[in-house]
Amino acid sequence: MTAQLLVFYLLAGLTVGSASLVVTRRNPVHSALFLVLAFMGVAGVYVILGAEFLAAVQVLVYAGGIMVLFLFVIMLVDLEERGRPAGAKVPRFRAKAFGASLLLCGLLVTLLLAAFLTTPYPASSGNGEALRSSGGNLESIAIGMYQHYVLPFELASVLLLVAMIGAVVLAKSRL
Amino acid sequence: MITMTHCLALSLVLFGIGAFGVLARRNAIIVLMGIELMLNAANINFVAFARFMPQPSLIGQIFSVFVITVAAGEVAIGLAILIAIYRTRDSMNVDDFNILRG
Repeated sequence: MTAQLLVFYLLAGLTVGSASLVVTRRNPVHSALFLVLAFMGVAGVYVILGAEFLAAVQVLVYAGGIMVLFLFVIMLVDLEERGRPAGAKVPRFRAKAFGASLLLCGLLVTLLLAAFLTTPYPASSGNGEALRSSGGNLESIAIGMYQHYVLPFELASVLLLVAMIGAVVLAKSRL
Repeated sequence: MITMTHCLALSLVLFGIGAFGVLARRNAIIVLMGIELMLNAANINFVAFARFMPQPSLIGQIFSVFVITVAAGEVAIGLAILIAIYRTRDSMNVDDFNILRG
């Protein structure tokens, strides 16, 4: 087992472990903090796969931006459900929904995993060296994004503007 | 040596956990977090295919950047909708979000 594989397994375990804690914790603040951990694990996987720029973007956008948004909303709203008796704890899951979702997702994962394990992928060691030798990750991505994918890039900026205006309009009580 | 199968298995398990969170949890904020986990699983697939394809290609990584952009917009809109609903329903429980039911 190479060191690279060992690190991959560590990061995958961190990601999967904290992701499963995200969906099972009762307190949403704990869920949000474990979500940060899961995003960090995914960023580490990106680094192993040779996507350094993407790892940086992941940390900046997800762990920096999206998580702050989540925590703001969690702390803005009253998490104890109003209108219910103070002592009564609302269960996290409904029993039927829990069983059905577990069955469905477990079936999906098992079936697709069996398919992945039996599919022969090309045994090439990949192209990480080729990607690195051609001027580094960031430069190649920048050339690709601003030469071949200018239109999607500009559309993404319009999308972000629409999302920004829409979020303000939706969340504001009185315009 | 990491192979394609490793990455696909990790992304599959992450997607399964996210889908479980979306389907089973009642707190709407956790449902949004489950959607984020599923988008991250898709991103891992994009990066893995970009890395292990026979020809050198960065298209998968570029597409992942766009996916992250869309995810950011989606979270902003989703949380704004949640706040708007919370204002009228006083609840973050998806079971209470039945205003549109006929």
